[in-house]
This record gives sequence, structure tokens and C-alpha cells, in this order.
Amino acid sequence: MRDMLILGGGTAGTIMANKLASALDEHEWRVTVVDGTEGHYYQPGFLFVPFGIYRMRDIVKPRRQYLPGRINFILSGIDRIDVEKKTVQLANGEPLRYDCLIIATGTDIHPEQIEGLADEEWGQSKFDFYTPTGAEKLGQFLKGWQGGKLVVSIAEMPIKCPVAPLEFLFLADEYFTRRGIRDKVDLHLVTPLSGAFTKPTCNRVLGDFLVRKGITVTPDFDIARVDNQEKKIVAWDETEVSYDLLVSVPTNMGDPCIGRSGLGNELNFVPTNKQTLQADGLEDVFVLGDATNLPTSKAGSVAHFQSEILFENIMEHIEGRPATAHFDGHANCFIESGFGKGLLIDFNYETEPLPGEFPLPGIGPFKLLGESRINHYGKMMFRWVYWNLLLRGVKMPMKAEMSMAGKRMQA
Amino acid sequence: MAPMSFAGKTIELDADGNLANRGDWSDDLARELAAQDGIAELTPQHWAVINFMRTVFEKDGDAPSIRRLTKESGVDTKMLYALFPKGPAKRAAKIAGLPKPKGCI
Repeated sequence: MRDMLILGGGTAGTIMANKLASALDEHEWRVTVVDGTEGHYYQPGFLFVPFGIYRMRDIVKPRRQYLPGRINFILSGIDRIDVEKKTVQLANGEPLRYDCLIIATGTDIHPEQIEGLADEEWGQSKFDFYTPTGAEKLGQFLKGWQGGKLVVSIAEMPIKCPVAPLEFLFLADEYFTRRGIRDKVDLHLVTPLSGAFTKPTCNRVLGDFLVRKGITVTPDFDIARVDNQEKKIVAWDETEVSYDLLVSVPTNMGDPCIGRSGLGNELNFVPTNKQTLQADGLEDVFVLGDATNLPTSKAGSVAHFQSEILFENIMEHIEGRPATAHFDGHANCFIESGFGKGLLIDFNYETEPLPGEFPLPGIGPFKLLGESRINHYGKMMFRWVYWNLLLRGVKMPMKAEMSMAGKRMQA
Repeated sequence: MAPMSFAGKTIELDADGNLANRGDWSDDLARELAAQDGIAELTPQHWAVINFMRTVFEKDGDAPSIRRLTKESGVDTKMLYALFPKGPAKRAAKIAGLPKPKGCI
């Protein structure tokens, strides 16, 4: 019996478990998934919780329900990976051996990395919306808030879903408008980037949206600390932004087990071959989803596109052939822009998000890098697609490789 | 971006305004790039950071993030911002003749 070991039962790990469970011979391969928690969260849903659009119970389900019956699921933390001995040591010290390892341990927020952020007032005037607790607490707080200066602060890149902070602000604009207190709320984005987004065309379009919605942007702000007494964030160059309500997107880091194993970079992300998805220098260790250090978005769509490539490469690898399928960095994200509308962006390592139309047989086309109602419905419908098709590894009418069809090149 | 001329040579720049060809880089060009960016003099500490960035790039194919600079170059974050105000990783990469660090997507 050979062992296929998957670390992490989130979006990436669950898709791979489903694909491999149907492809690998049950008498030859045992497929194991290890995760430290029972609940599988639909993470794009966190954004909607603070505004009362989703409740937490709408976006969490038992992990096991999405893993096929033949999967050996182990509920446990992970201490470390030993690539020499080809074993993984669980939190209780028990070793698991592997013939092929898939690291899908994701990323998490680390507010303690910013001086003064996590200690006082965390959960009182300073919140996150990237965790179940954070999103719920922020929702409770917003209900009773009568206005003031709301600052969304991005600590450092990379972050999970780089458009989520913008979507938060667009939805906040709508939320306070509906409550009749938009004129009492000052919305700010404070970012280490030079603009709203990392790529030029998209940056221009989203930057215009922010201006139109009366949202102030402070770019090039590298946060050094939070001054809890004065209620302000302070940058390394001593510039300051004051707040009444701080919505923080803290430093994102890979799982601590990656650091303990000596497999990560300075943020515990695993250096990964950007095409084959093998951990650098390790033929039998594959990495996907948020756990990699790849220069593409940390997003569920990326994990999905990677899973198609990874599946081919793993099948080649276990048959003793070199991995030949190549990931192109493809990402595809709906962006909620508020008031029942949304945008769609589609890009890869080489091609920035461009305007145009995104063809999707039977449903689309969706408008690219422009606002429309159907994009909003696409985003809301996606929760169903996620639970019923995506996680189960069902073939979707979308290619892993990005296509230029419908995209308009910029002058 | 439009090329620059330096010491009688045309130097090609990429879309971010960083050197298109790393082979064009020299200590003198670094001083010129720094001056254009408002850094009048490159002190030994500046050079320590620049050389560290070039070594990492040789090895990994990408310039290091601020976090890695702090952890491994021996220069703390506060000092990095004093040496290269407004984004040390980006500015030091430019002066070191490297492309903008990929870290932020």
C-alpha cells in the first residue's frame, strides 16, 4: 500500500482529495487528509458577514461531508514535515509516512506581527474580517455604530484575496447609505501598494470606483505600529492616519508547521516551482493554494485551476515520469462593487486583468473589469457552485489555462 | 519606460522604471539611480543593503521583501526606512539594478 498524504482540508486539499479518490486504485493507494479543525468555511463568504448579508452558519459545513468515503481523515494539528524520512509528525507526536505529499495548509492572519495591533482593543475598536470570530464581532459592532472614521488598513503583501479590502469598502459604502448615515462615515483605505491594486489597468479602474464612492486612499503606507491611546496607525516613516474604527488586514503567513519544518520563506510560504507546483528541490512534495510563494493571487479560483495541473503532474509522477503540466498563474475573481453590482477580473502570471467579456457557455458572458448585475449574481451563485461542484472536483466549463478570448488589449 | 542615458550609453528601462538589463548595472550607475531618486550619497550601510539584495536575486531570482531584508541583512526595519525612505524594498531594488520585487500580487 502506498500513501498519498494531503495536509490541509480547505479548498485546495478537498478538491485534490476528491480528484485523487476517484483516480487512484483503492488497493494500491491510501489517501489521507489531515486538518486541525472540523469546520470547512466558504471563505469568500466572510466578507458578507459584517454587513449581515450572510450569517456564519450559511458558510460553514463539516469537512468530512466534502471528502469521499474512502478518504482517511485525521483530525489533528501538524507538528512538522520531515522530507528526508518522508514522514509527517502530527501534533501528538505520531508519525505518518508518505510516498507522495501534498501541502495545502493555507494562510492565516497574524495581527501579533504589528506592534500594538493584537493586544489592547482588538475586537473592540480594531477588527479583522478574515476569521469567523473577527467577521462576526465586526458585524455586531457595525450594527450599533453611529459613524466616524473607518480605516481599512492592509499591513503587508501578500494577502489572501487582494481585492477583498476594496470589496469591504464598497459594501460598507452601500451598508451605511442604506442605514441613512453615509454622510457621518468617513471611509479610508490605507495600503502599502502604490494604488488600489497591483496591476496598472485594474488599479486605474478600481481607483476610479473608490473616488466615485467617496473613499479616500492613502497609498505607500507601510504600517509599523498602532497607537491605541491616540487611535492612530503609524508608518515606519512616522506618517500617521487616525481612526475611530480600524478594520485591519493583518500580515498573512503560512502555517507555523511549515516554519518548524524549515520548508518556508520568511512568511512560512513554501518556495514552489511556479509551473509544476513541486516544492523547490523536492520531486515528491507538491504545494497548492495559499500555502505557496507563487506570484499570483491567494484565492480559491487559483487553487481550483492549480488542482487541474497538479492532478496531471501527480499522475505522471506516480507512474515514474517527470511532471510536465504547467500552471500559468491563472486567477479569476468576482469583485463586489456594492448596490447589487460586481466586476470580474481574469488574469495570469503574464497578463494583467483586462477589460472585455468573459465567455462562459450557458451562463455568460460576464463583463470583464466593468460593473454589471450579472457579475454580482455570478458572485452570489458561486457559493452553491463551491459546495456542489468545485469542492467535489467536478469538471467545470472553465479551463485551467487563461484564455485571451473576449479580452481587449490596452493601447 | 523611456530609456535613460548614462556615461554615453543608452540604458533600457522596464515598465516600472527599473533596469531592463541587469548587465548595465555598475557602482557608478547605482549612485546615479540613487541621486535621481533623491538619495544624495550611498553610505556603507546603503551598500550593505544593495549588495545583499543582489546576492539574494542571484540565488532566488527575486529581490527580497522588507521582512526578509530585516531578518537576514543585519539592518533593522527602522534603519531600512531611514536609508531608503518610502518603501525600502522597491527603492533598493531599483538602485541595485533589479526588477521590482514580485512579492505583492
